[in-house]
Parts: sequence; structure tokens; C-alpha cells
Amino acid sequence: MVEPAITPDTIADHGLTEEEYDRIVELLGRPPNHLELGIFSVMWSEHCSYKSSKSHLGKFPTEGPHIVQGPGENAGIVDIGDGLALVFKIESHNHPSFIEPFQGAATGVGGILRDIFTMGARPLASLNSLRFGPLQIPKNRYLMEGVVAGIAAYGNCIGVPTVGGEIHFSEVYNGNPLVNVFNVGLTRHDRIFRGRADGAGNAVMYVGSKTGRDGIHGATMASEDFDETSEERRPTVQVGDPFTEKLLLEACLEVMEENLIVGIQDMGAAGLTCSTSEMASRGNTGITVDLARVPRREEGMSPYEIMLSESQERMLLVAKPGQEERVREVFARWNLDCVAVGEVTDDGLLRVTDDGRPLAAIPAVALTEHAPVYERPLAPPDDLAERQSLDLDRVYIPEDCSAVLLELLASPSIANKEWVWRQYDHMVRINTVVLPGSDAAVIRLPGTAKGVAMSLDGNGRWCWLDPREGGKRAVAEAARNVVCAGARPLAITNCLNFGNPERPSTMWAFAEVVEGMAEACEALGTPVTGGNVSFYNETLGTAVYPTPVVGVVGLLEDVSKHLTQWFKDEGDAVVLLGPASEELGGSEYLAVVHGLVRGRPSIDLGLERSVHELILKAAGEGLLKSAHDVSDGGLAVALAEAGFQPSGHPLGCSISLRVETRPDAALFGEGPSRVVVSCIPDNVQRLQGLAEEGRVPFTLLGTVGGEDLTVSGPDGKPLISVAASEAKRSWEESLPGLFERPQERDFDR
Amino acid sequence: MRFGVVVFPGSNNDHDCYRVVEDVLEEPVEYIWHQDSDVEGFDALILPGGFSYGDYLRTGAIARFSPVVESVKRFADGGGLVLGICNGFQILLEIGLLPGAMLRNQSLKFVCQYVNLRVENNETPFTNQCVNGEVLRVPIAHNEGAYFADQTTLEALRANQQVVFSYCDDAGRVVEEANPNGALENIAGIVNDRGNVLGMMPHPERCSEEMLGSLDGLKIFRSMLAAAKAPATP
Repeated sequence: MVEPAITPDTIADHGLTEEEYDRIVELLGRPPNHLELGIFSVMWSEHCSYKSSKSHLGKFPTEGPHIVQGPGENAGIVDIGDGLALVFKIESHNHPSFIEPFQGAATGVGGILRDIFTMGARPLASLNSLRFGPLQIPKNRYLMEGVVAGIAAYGNCIGVPTVGGEIHFSEVYNGNPLVNVFNVGLTRHDRIFRGRADGAGNAVMYVGSKTGRDGIHGATMASEDFDETSEERRPTVQVGDPFTEKLLLEACLEVMEENLIVGIQDMGAAGLTCSTSEMASRGNTGITVDLARVPRREEGMSPYEIMLSESQERMLLVAKPGQEERVREVFARWNLDCVAVGEVTDDGLLRVTDDGRPLAAIPAVALTEHAPVYERPLAPPDDLAERQSLDLDRVYIPEDCSAVLLELLASPSIANKEWVWRQYDHMVRINTVVLPGSDAAVIRLPGTAKGVAMSLDGNGRWCWLDPREGGKRAVAEAARNVVCAGARPLAITNCLNFGNPERPSTMWAFAEVVEGMAEACEALGTPVTGGNVSFYNETLGTAVYPTPVVGVVGLLEDVSKHLTQWFKDEGDAVVLLGPASEELGGSEYLAVVHGLVRGRPSIDLGLERSVHELILKAAGEGLLKSAHDVSDGGLAVALAEAGFQPSGHPLGCSISLRVETRPDAALFGEGPSRVVVSCIPDNVQRLQGLAEEGRVPFTLLGTVGGEDLTVSGPDGKPLISVAASEAKRSWEESLPGLFERPQERDFDR
Repeated sequence: MRFGVVVFPGSNNDHDCYRVVEDVLEEPVEYIWHQDSDVEGFDALILPGGFSYGDYLRTGAIARFSPVVESVKRFADGGGLVLGICNGFQILLEIGLLPGAMLRNQSLKFVCQYVNLRVENNETPFTNQCVNGEVLRVPIAHNEGAYFADQTTLEALRANQQVVFSYCDDAGRVVEEANPNGALENIAGIVNDRGNVLGMMPHPERCSEEMLGSLDGLKIFRSMLAAAKAPATP
């Protein structure tokens, strides 16, 4: 084979700048060959190197009493007592899912699962956070159907339940759907494994699927904007094989249980290149890998292709001395390839050979720690003041708030998502205590009395209006959801979905979001254990809203004490814990009914924390029958949803509401730090006492019961009066209706 | 009563069945690896749900060639109790222990949800703790669950009362609206003519504990226990 020459065009095709190329030459002390250039290009891609975000991510608080593993590993780990630990992480698969929705989303699930079991944990449950353009546009329906089917196909087949998540719709996601997947697993402290290559002379073993030509330069693809030709990138999307991953999962957990390995890492983005260089770099060692020994799916693959392939369901592990044969036996039982492809060295180099012939030699840290870090220019967008100004005098007050409630319940971002989650096996492994649909999913931990509650949340609209406050509110809402299940939030993971970082306004929003989130994490006692940054979510110059998605895990010491969002019995009291705010800015109501994305959302983090503590205290005392976070659609939607139990006739309620400013603001405003709870009337006084102690505003709203949802204003005049069954119908029929009886509109790009 | 849970590569409800037998029924249970051919000493075999061999060709089509299958057949021929759930049911169809075949769901989508099952025949070793016409709440989770059989087979199933469970509404009516997957005549579970092999698409192991929302699945496992203690002539 003729070695391709390195020309300015080759360098540009690899997504490297001239300065970056010069840096490579400097680090190597010579020009790279073509293979080395490829290796640098994927490791220095935005996706792998975090070169634009690194300097900001350091602001996250990452330490706390429960934290066992913070950022920098395949996943974060928190202690939950009794020698147990939760391993969790979120990942984005936005770019591949736009190009090929089914496989893009499926391999996203495969990747996040490997991140969890590579740390020694058996995956317990998955969540996902999805964003699409409006479903009236056929292309968006195609994307959503494909993404949901892909997540289902992978998760269902491997047998890990998908127990919830969130889905939002907005025009800004037309050309850039967001597909973020989350998983949490369970392990013991004495069975935690890391992606480190320790011990010179130890065998480096390749396990799992064979290597093919799929996904070459996937990481580079994920680090670029999209244009009309993006679909030509389809070959850079990998194809998932959940059956093989199921075998890989069981085999890996077996070699871990038998304590046969030193370290292990999955081959995700940048495949063999990333796993070898990161493992060596973390272990302060080197790795030599001989490509002739790498199991291949097809003939005639070049070293370049083998090193850069992103074929799925592969892992790299370092065996303990003398255990290579036992490792091989375990993988053989599961019918998986297991080959010693190289060894750990002490020279710090990633050496690539082909049957002993040297092909590349790069200091491992040059690919990881010495990757470029950019302080990109920051500037607020020119129209920020305009976005943030909201003149409510020019927003009419609807006469019929009942109709508005029905409209909001049918808005796809709020409507029932059962059409989606019934495609996911959410019960496999018989640990799912709260099925999808409540504020947080609850999973029991087998062999203990404990449970884990989890939630994914984000709100791009708020962050577009005020990234700092929006970032705070994203963390607060995700944590609040977990609190509403009666669980104490322990830590967060996050996926930061943004546009092109070379645009100062994008980078400014990124910096603001990170600082806001960091402040909220401090205030709420939930450190960050890792996450993912996805830039370049931009097609033809139009970027997504700045969309941080926050994943929170919380612990229930006694899972039988968990709460759900649903009212339980007629006659129970309905109480609002938290401020009686009337904030319309950035609300779903303003966007859906008035076509306005305006305002300046804010949050008092001290009050937020007090609300959490109050609910946990009240739940601990057994005072509460339900707790539901007030979010999209405001108080009116929260009250309606609380009546929509998973089975049986919906429950109405009669509510009287004080209105300080205007009825639509009181009903549909989305001010934070508010939770609707229900309890038996005898517990109201005790609850009020706790609220006063905790300095949390307390409002007795009314009573559960009746066929109707009625809300009356200060003068007793009805603001809303709808049959609960009608409200439920509106909420239930929206999403299936959009897929089955679409009112088509053109894709405007 | 000693249970064996057969594990094919890709089975993923094996652990759930195992836990229900061990933790809820409190009976002895062991996994049986698909390459083993020894099923001696077991009183009942469970073929669990999942995606054996990824179900890439057709559900259960490759599992059929696993060494354990011949032993399962002999076990059934000898009168041993065999319960196939979901993918286990699909495998029982492929290996010929039960008649008929499975089609893709009419919606062409995977569906995971609670359904109502009407007990059609309580004189089987799997339903002796139920009453005829009783409605059980049990979840389903499958992509290929539309049971199908030709007219002759169907008539034979009906004549021998081999249809054990039908999808029904809350009131126990077997109506089209209650059919979650397009199964022929709402058929959710059938036994062989001898009555010792049951295949069912719904998952009783997912609803055998109060905390999981329904205890109805336990009736099926308890029926098997009762049958083993006082063997009824099928």
C-alpha cells in the first residue's frame, strides 16, 4: 500500500487546523504519518477532546461525601451504603440519530450501557431525553419513530428496562434532533473497575465483536455542523448488535466477578485508538497493539481503518498476570472473540504494529492530556435584551382558561408519552416499582430495602432566554423530580447540547449555563460525576436552543416509602408547597397559545433546597400521599396530571386560587420550586407546621375528588371547569393522533 | 418442587423467573445452560422470555438447535411441566411442543403494557388456582405476539380446551379492542393436548409481588406447585 502524502488538504479533511497540525509535529518531534494523523484527528476532535469545553467544565463541583468516582472515567460512581454503589452516565447520540435515526439511537443505548458495565456494574435502568421539531412535519415523525424504535430495539433485546425520560418539541430542533441516553447500574465497592492500563507486561486483550469498516471518523462527524450533504455521512453511523452486547455484558461481569482483570474500557467513539490511548494515559503507561491480531469482519482493512473503526460491542481489557487463559475461557463460553492484541509497556507510547512491523508511535498523553484546549471567545447574543423583555400588557388574557388547559394538555411536549414508552420494555428484571409516567422512575435494589429514583430534565427555552438561570433551573427541576419520589438526590450527570462553539454567542451561553448549573449543584448538594458535551448541533447556521440535560439519581433508604405524582383518594387535601409565583416568561403557555418565547426565568436556590428538605421530611414522616412537580404548563396542568393515574377513572379536584396579577399567570406560569402534594386532611396541620419551620410558603389549595377539575378565583368565580375525563382524553389522544392522523406541513429547511 | 430455568444466549427474563421461584415461591431453582442436555431431577422447566440469539432470523428459530432442546422435548413427553413465557412460548412453537406460529404485532411495534387475561380453562396444572372466567392483570412485552394457527389447528385447540388465556377487557369480555397484538381470537396462552406444556405471551413473573403492582402472576406459579403436590390427571 502506498502511504498517502500529508498535504494541507489531507489535514483539512481530517478536521484539523494548521495550528493543530503544527502542534502535532512539535509533540512528535517529526511530522506524523497518515495513520498517526488519523489517530490525532479523532482524539483531538471536539467529541473526544472536549477542547472547547474543558476550561469551563472545571467549574462544576465534583466532590462530596457520597462521590466515589467523579468526572474523567467512563461513568461516575456514588456510594449508597452497605458496600453498594451506583454507576451512572449520560451520552448524546444527536448527530448519528439525525443521519440514521434507528441505528443512531440504538448504538447510543449500546454505548451508554458499555460505559456502565465497563465500570463493573450491572445496568439497572435506562432513561432518555429526546428533542425533535414539530410532528406536523413528516421528517420529524420519521426521525422520532426511528429513534424510539432504535432505543426500544436495543434496550429491549439486551434486557435492560427503559423506565422513563422526557421529550420536547420545538422548531429549533428541526434539523438537529437531540438524543441523549442515560443509564444507571449497581455494583459493589470491591468490584469497581476503571479504564486504566496498569502493570507493564500485562496482556492487553480485545473482546467482543469483530472489527469492520463501520463508523470510521464518527467522532469527527459529530464535531461538525450539518448541511444539505449530511445524509451522505450515513456510512459513518455504526450498526448495533444488542444480542452480542448481551453476551459481552454477561461475559464482562463474569471476569469482573472472578477478579481476573486490571482495567477495562469500551471501544466507543474512536474505537481502538481511544481505548488504547486513554487506558495508557490514565495508567501512566504505554500500550503496544498489533493489528494483525485484531479480529476483523472483512478482508483488506488498512491499519488506518482498523484503528479508527467504531464497530460496536467491543471492549479492551488488561488481564491480571496469569489469568489470560481463564479470561479466554469465559469469553469462549459466550461465543465471543477474545484475543491478546498487545501488552502494557512502561515507555508511555501508544505503539501500533502490524505483525511486528512498526506503524505508529505516539506518546499516549499527547493524544489525551496534551490535546489542544481552547478559550473560545464569548459574547452574549445581540438580541438578548429583546428576548428577555416581556410586555404582558400586550399579551391578551384568554376568556376561556378551560380551553387553554385542554390545549396545553394536548401540546406534544406536555401530552401523555405512553405512545413512546409502551414501545420500551420498562419492566424487565422485575425491579421497576414506579412505571413510566410519574415525575421520577423508581427502581428497587435487589437484595436490599433500598430504591433509586432517577430523572432526566432540561429546558432549552429557559436557557435561550437566560442561560445562567436556565442552567440553575434545569438542575433544580431534575433534582425536584427525584425529591417528588421521596428520594434524596445524590449527584448529577449532564449532557450539554449546544451549537457551534466557534460562535461567540454559543460559547457565551455555554459558559453561562455551566456556571448556573455549578451554582445549583453547590446549593442543592448534588455534585457532578461526569457527562458529555455535544457541540455543533447546528444545521445551515441554525442552532438548537442551549440545551443542558440533567440526570439525577436519588436514594430511597426504604423503597416501600416511595411517592408518585398521582392523587390517591377522594377527600384528600391538595396543598401547594413553594411560592405562589405568577411567572409567565419562558412558559409553554406563552409559546403554545401566544407564539411567544420571551421573558427572563429566575430561581431562588435557597428556597429550592428548603422545598426539597420539606418534602423529604414530610415523606419520611409518612404525611404525603402524592407529590408532583409544577413544571411545563404550570399549576393547572400539574393538578390535571395528578388526577391521571395509570389505571382507572381520572380523579378531579376542586381548587380555589388566589390571583395576584392575572389568572393565566397563576394557572399556567412555570415559576420554579413548587410541588403539588396531597395528604389526608388530618395531616394538613402537621404539614403546615413543617413548612413554617422550613420557611417554605404553604397554600392549602382544595380537595381531591369529583368528576371535574375546577379552579375558582378569589371572588369564587370559576377560572377552570372541565371534566377530568375530558382533560385526560385531550392529554392521551394527542401524540397517537399526530402519528396516525397527521396534519402535514412542509419541512421548512 | 425443583424448578429449572433454561438459559439461551440472549434470554433476559431468566433471572426474573429465577427470582420469583427462589424469593417468592421459596422453592429450589437452578439455571440450565442451553448447551447442557441434562434436565434430570427437575419437576418443572421454565423457558423464559428474552431474545434468544437476538431473534435475528425469526423468534425462537435458532434456539431450536440448542442441545438442551431435545432434553426439554423428552422431559415434556415424560409428562414434566414446561412453562414457556414470551420468547419461551415462541421457542415452544418452533420446536413443535405447541401448535401454531407467532406473527409480528399488528401495530408493527413492540408493546409493553398491562393487559387483562380471561382464564378459559382452570383444569390445567398452570391454572388450578384460578376460576374460569376470572380476569388476571398481567403485563406483556413483545414485538412478535400475534398468535396464529390454521383453521384445523384452531378447531382442535378449541375442542380440547387448549386455549387457556384470552385477552379481554376489564369486564372479562373477549373483544377486539382488548386485543393488544392482533392474536387470532385474542389467544394469549395455550397448552398442549396433554396439558403439561403451557405457552403464554404475558409475563406472570413480572406481577408476582405486591410492590410491582399485581399479584395475579403468582397464581400461575402457585398452580404449578399445587399440581406437583397433588398430581391431577391431565
